[in-house]
Amino acid sequence: MAMVETFYDVMRRQGITRRSFLKFCGLTAAAMGLSPAYAGKIAHAMETKPRIPVLWLHGLECTCCSESFIRSAHPLAKDVILSMISLDYDDTIMAAAGHQAEAIIEETIEKYSGNYILACEGNPGLEQEHTGGMSCIIAGKPYTEQLRHAAKHAKAIISWGSCASWGCVQAASPNPTGATPIHKVPDLGNAPIIKVPGCPPIAEVMTAVITYILTFERLPSLDRQGRPKMFYSQRIHDKCYRRSHFDAGQFVEKWDDEAARKGYCLYKMGCKGPTTYNACSTIRWNGGLSFPIQAGHPCIGCSEDGFWDKGGFYNRLTSIHQFGVEENADEVGIAAATVVGGAVAVHAAVSALKRTQSKGDQE
Amino acid sequence: MSVIKTPNGYTLDNSGTRHVVDPVTRIEGHMRAEVNINSENIITNAVSSGTIWRGLEVILKGRDPRDAWAFVQRICGVCTGTHALTSVRSVENALGINIPENANSIRNIMQLSLQVHDHLVHFYHLHALDWVNPVNALKADPKATSALQQSVSPHHPNSSPGYFRDVQNRLKKFVESGQLGPFKNGYWTNPAYLLPPEADLMAVTHYLEALDFQKEIMKTRTIFGGKDTHPNWTVGGVPCPINMDGTGGVGGLNMVNLNQVKEILTQTKTFIDNVYIPDILAVGQFYKGWLYGGGLSSQNVMSYGDIPDKANDYSTENLMMPRGAIINGNLKEVHEIDLTDPEQIQEQVPHSWYKYPDGVKGLHPWDGITEPDFDVSTAKGSKHNIEELDENASYSWIKAPRWRGHAMEVGPLARYVIGYAKGDKEITDQLTYVLKTLDVPVTALFSTLGRTAARALEAQWAADKQIYFFDKLMANIKNGDSSTHGGEMWDPKDWPKEAKGVGFTEAPRGALAHWIKIKDTKIENYQCVVPTTWNGSPRDEAGNIGAFEASMMNTKVEVPHEPVEILRTLHSFDPCLACSTHVMTEEGEELITVTTGPIGS
Repeated sequence: MAMVETFYDVMRRQGITRRSFLKFCGLTAAAMGLSPAYAGKIAHAMETKPRIPVLWLHGLECTCCSESFIRSAHPLAKDVILSMISLDYDDTIMAAAGHQAEAIIEETIEKYSGNYILACEGNPGLEQEHTGGMSCIIAGKPYTEQLRHAAKHAKAIISWGSCASWGCVQAASPNPTGATPIHKVPDLGNAPIIKVPGCPPIAEVMTAVITYILTFERLPSLDRQGRPKMFYSQRIHDKCYRRSHFDAGQFVEKWDDEAARKGYCLYKMGCKGPTTYNACSTIRWNGGLSFPIQAGHPCIGCSEDGFWDKGGFYNRLTSIHQFGVEENADEVGIAAATVVGGAVAVHAAVSALKRTQSKGDQE
Repeated sequence: MSVIKTPNGYTLDNSGTRHVVDPVTRIEGHMRAEVNINSENIITNAVSSGTIWRGLEVILKGRDPRDAWAFVQRICGVCTGTHALTSVRSVENALGINIPENANSIRNIMQLSLQVHDHLVHFYHLHALDWVNPVNALKADPKATSALQQSVSPHHPNSSPGYFRDVQNRLKKFVESGQLGPFKNGYWTNPAYLLPPEADLMAVTHYLEALDFQKEIMKTRTIFGGKDTHPNWTVGGVPCPINMDGTGGVGGLNMVNLNQVKEILTQTKTFIDNVYIPDILAVGQFYKGWLYGGGLSSQNVMSYGDIPDKANDYSTENLMMPRGAIINGNLKEVHEIDLTDPEQIQEQVPHSWYKYPDGVKGLHPWDGITEPDFDVSTAKGSKHNIEELDENASYSWIKAPRWRGHAMEVGPLARYVIGYAKGDKEITDQLTYVLKTLDVPVTALFSTLGRTAARALEAQWAADKQIYFFDKLMANIKNGDSSTHGGEMWDPKDWPKEAKGVGFTEAPRGALAHWIKIKDTKIENYQCVVPTTWNGSPRDEAGNIGAFEASMMNTKVEVPHEPVEILRTLHSFDPCLACSTHVMTEEGEELITVTTGPIGS
């Protein structure tokens, strides 16, 4: 039997000395409030524990989550796959096909029951009348079967992207396939589910969720909706670099106008930043390079539940309870042109007030 | 058991042993292949089935046409953006909207960057394992690998024996860990793998290098479109404004991020020239005797053309990617295509899980109907456990599109065959160079290897044209034109009561078009015919088989229960099944040689 590579092996290969490794174990013990004697036990565990197996299943989806994942700048997708996890099943990149591929799921369940992560990209279609529950067929069977089987023995489930988290585009009205997000699929077992929404999620957020679990050996803190708080507890609008223009009532009125060229607020172009919980305006995309608003397009709210059915992407937000002031954007904008100081002050004050009111809305 | 002659020239004999490959992996989406293999291990009957349907066309009804790009972009996250571009073009066509020159250049850079990225990732991460054996790479001599690298690509800096030894050690540790990850249960003892260990090690090393590099290629789209995967587009232009020297220049494209675009384009061209092209030629040298998989490529190929040089002119003459159709292998005649002619493109569903009204055989996409009707009552097995499909009944979520009744192959190989037939100088030079270097006749193009080579050549072509459009963009800005959006007809109040249009592109996988009907400012009907719909199509009313099925026919399979050859040929089309469930794909062509050819430096 071949030697099983452990976390320790991985760390060693990545250039960490044994001395540093033991120090790391000691610090970890201290951080966990354990006596120094536990450092040896932690070291032992890390020396003997295999890379965590991951089954990455694909249902009704477009593969944008996988495409995003491979764009991660830190860590590189290569290093995640070679050194951190054991990506035993992922039909998008695996060498095996057909029954040799499906055999891997059985083997992983047999060998690692309760100890592997199930990563879900896409969702199952449950509609029966026209599609027979067969809008997504794998090995001659409905995807739902493969999903349930793998879910029941998993340690935890990651719902990648808006398909797995909310349903996304195929679940948009009238949802012809009965596309259903993972957490709403009946008879799935009890494994905890982490939602990482977005269409797709930000690459570095995806790899961060994985490395967080491996490093701290626990799931990240989740909000009420099951999303990691560290990435999904604030609105795009809260941290948008154009926020000052919003507060000042300076808005883009139409494509490529003078305001657009100056980088003013895109709220009146339909921006959904004020109602979208995601890390785009802080982590940004593709190695922190940019994000949709920075490139001149309003946020379409792609990490929100049902964002396809919340009115057009270019229609201004109006009926947002925790967010009343923007209905006055036109008036404020006009006022700002004439009585700049006063209008800005009033607008900013109302914005601040609304921020206070809406605090804690998400949790 | 039966023997059938298809109108498009294939003899289908289902008397041999039936083999099923489901799932076909390393593709986008879900697909199944079934073949009959005779006592001499030859495929005598081939069936390909799209096993996913998402119903986006149904979902689009009643929506704002300006929003459609975002919905259809989610048809596919691998060819991300190409559906969005096709969509905004369809709306612009319907409403008569013109876009500024700068928007055309930026859109072309985005579309070309997709061609480069998609082709590169396809070859290394979806296709290479059909040709390259990572386990065999462990036997390689790093010194000899270094010598091989330096001979096939003298300019690539990562070529020392120590470099290859490090990669080999990492790979060794990985394999010895017993946790083989994506390489698990591969067919590593199959005699269909022909590369020597050094070529395997070089290719596996580039698998990893390409995985690192590919993320750079798409950064141009992040600058222009805000994110990637799934950047932002808009009807009437592009969303990013240009502000070269005014107040608040950081709000738009400025000298800093345009410099970054330029840098990425240059690096991309270098990587394609120094890594992708030499690898294809090296692989080609060892596999040039394996010329199965040509399928329809020597008979019926089609391309809509793409990459308009000047904005708003979609005529054949203005398109830098070739346009036309060749039928019955007559390369002397390239037919014009009219996407608006109801007699030319029609979709049929006799073997698909959809239904049409009684008596309707084929429908032009403007009048297309997408009504699911899943039925496997005559297949072997049960409804929720299909053992063998019945190809005489319905067996796929893919429709069967036909051009004037013909099943067509689309994709890079189709584009290169059409370009060659039309005497396109760049394409002819590239092909001639490859054929000469590999010392194979033109007919070698009509193969799995030819498809794979054409894709690489096209990546090289696209990397070059990206720079052309960047220079054009900068020249236009220098001349005082900073416009990126004309604002024409943005307000639906200005629209006619009814309108219809068609938008087309050449997606990495082949000809793509969207047909839209607008009524009272909403989408009345929206139909996409995608590359994998063409290539992966099931049989039609007359019994013609599609490109996937044709390409598998008559191939020798070394070990019938290890489907390396089937995967190799299907992958050469780069199938995209999420697309094909009303979309399709294809590609390909062959390579050779040691340096980088006419477009390379």
